[in-house]
Amino acid sequence: MALSIVESCVNCWACVDLCPSEAIYATSTHFKIAPNKCTECEGDYANPQCASICPIEEAILDSLGRAMNPAGSLTGISPEKLEAAMQEIQAR
Amino acid sequence: MELSVIGNSSSAADSAAGGCSAGSCGSTDDQLAHLPEHIQEKVHNHPCYSEEAHHYFARMHVAVAPACNIQCHYCNRKYDCANESRPGVVSELLTPDQAVKKTKAVAANIPQMTVLGIAGPGDPLANPQRTFETFRQLTEQAPDIKLCVSTNGLALPACVDELAKHNIDHVTITINTVDPEIGAKIYPWIFWNKRRIFGRKGARILIEQQQKGLEMLVERGILVKVNSVMIPGVNDQHLKEVSRIVKQKGAFLHNVMPLISEAEHGTFYGVMGQRGPEPEELQDLQDECAGDMNMMRHCRQCRADAVGLLGEDRGEEFTLDKIEAMDIDYDKAMKVRAAVHAGIEQELAEKQAKKARLSSGAVAEEPAKQYRPVLMAIATSGQGLINQHFGHAKEFLVYEASAKGVRFISHRKVDQYCIGNGTCGEKESALAGSIRSLQGCEVVLCAKIGFEPWEQLEAAGILPNGEYAMEPIEDAVRAVYQEMIATGAFDKTRPGMAEGRLSSDAQAIA
Repeated sequence: MALSIVESCVNCWACVDLCPSEAIYATSTHFKIAPNKCTECEGDYANPQCASICPIEEAILDSLGRAMNPAGSLTGISPEKLEAAMQEIQAR
Repeated sequence: MELSVIGNSSSAADSAAGGCSAGSCGSTDDQLAHLPEHIQEKVHNHPCYSEEAHHYFARMHVAVAPACNIQCHYCNRKYDCANESRPGVVSELLTPDQAVKKTKAVAANIPQMTVLGIAGPGDPLANPQRTFETFRQLTEQAPDIKLCVSTNGLALPACVDELAKHNIDHVTITINTVDPEIGAKIYPWIFWNKRRIFGRKGARILIEQQQKGLEMLVERGILVKVNSVMIPGVNDQHLKEVSRIVKQKGAFLHNVMPLISEAEHGTFYGVMGQRGPEPEELQDLQDECAGDMNMMRHCRQCRADAVGLLGEDRGEEFTLDKIEAMDIDYDKAMKVRAAVHAGIEQELAEKQAKKARLSSGAVAEEPAKQYRPVLMAIATSGQGLINQHFGHAKEFLVYEASAKGVRFISHRKVDQYCIGNGTCGEKESALAGSIRSLQGCEVVLCAKIGFEPWEQLEAAGILPNGEYAMEPIEDAVRAVYQEMIATGAFDKTRPGMAEGRLSSDAQAIA
């Protein structure tokens, strides 16, 4: 049972300061979670702290590889809307 | 005039009135004249608070605070670009030790630098260890630098005592609303009490904390400036109410800034097509919010790692590898800095004295007829002088001349928020960009101007004028206005001002 951080992480440090298990560490690319230390905050908090403050959708995954914050859940921008906007920008 | 702003006594009010008769009435630098003297003393050399100071004194931000505890719809945490110029964007993150080193390097090399701010790229108070460690070291090692901090306010009540400890006498709170309904349209979520809280509920908590933090700071005599982002259709009308409330609670300055929402930035507002305000809309709202409150108009919405005078960024000269190679003797630097600051103070005092002499003789010359106000754009690289070539101007300062006098209105960026990559598309020519940014202005004052831009400006109904090169801005604006009256410019209809003419001309040039 451990969460993981993937490459879309923007290195904002917000999660590092909150982790009760000190499981989060910096690497040359992005922050990562040490699986042997991560408790998913069980026993400490109702919700995993890293995933509760992370501003980037799909940057933190649960133990099954599913996004803790799926696309659209934080920004309110649906994936379709984002895709359409990006295409419009690229077409300029 | 209400002078009870920061709980000052009547004697402070008297001295403020004394400062007013010293000659700064009716003009731009009057902006701070209604404040009690002890506040004026604190802000007179702060480029972000004093319109006059920003021509002379420099500031810097150190990017030690990456984490944030809320999401704003005008912010995209993924963004990081050297060619970008807006809040929340930085090139490299610093540790407190690196930030202290950089601050001392900048202070030694740019002795005009008076202020060190921490403004992100996240929220400084959501990074309390990094932020306060930086302040602690600087208080110790560079006592001649003013410290300030900018925050969304969520963690402010919890941090007020720590802030007071570090001798920080300026705090900026970004307050976009006092209504949770509106807040929910600006802030999708906050992180509070170990949970992410969405929508109205989150907005309500944020608003409560901001207001509480504001009150606590004022109680402790810490100066509070309030920043608000003007979002047309969301909070634009509501900001008048915000202005009234924060002023009543003791904020000494309100800064209404335009929303930046290019789709390329990938923010919610950018992607959803929420527009930012036109310069005229911003100006109207600032005027309406003003009342007898101090309204700030020279803000440049700088990056969280900006270095130099407002409107310029010398961050490139002070990257980590460059400051590593610098050997700074700060004790020596402090002496140089003190001398430079004294020189600037003296220059400002002389300017004030000269203005007092001139205005005392000029009172009777009030034009009998009321002529309409005229907007004039100025190309300047600082010192309060018309000292920049038209073609070199990356921004123009806009002043209004009227029968009431001369006042600073705003700055207009020429090449706004270039993101410097392939998504820019074809760029309009720099000249067309300059002309478009001057919409609404009738005169451009610059040190020099080429033949081609001269012609095109004239065609767009804007009169270029290079006759006041190296002269003080306000004197020149006043003189040009007098000339316009004398030569009967107001008797004719304004050339080139038929509906829509300006913008279509600018497009034709592109």
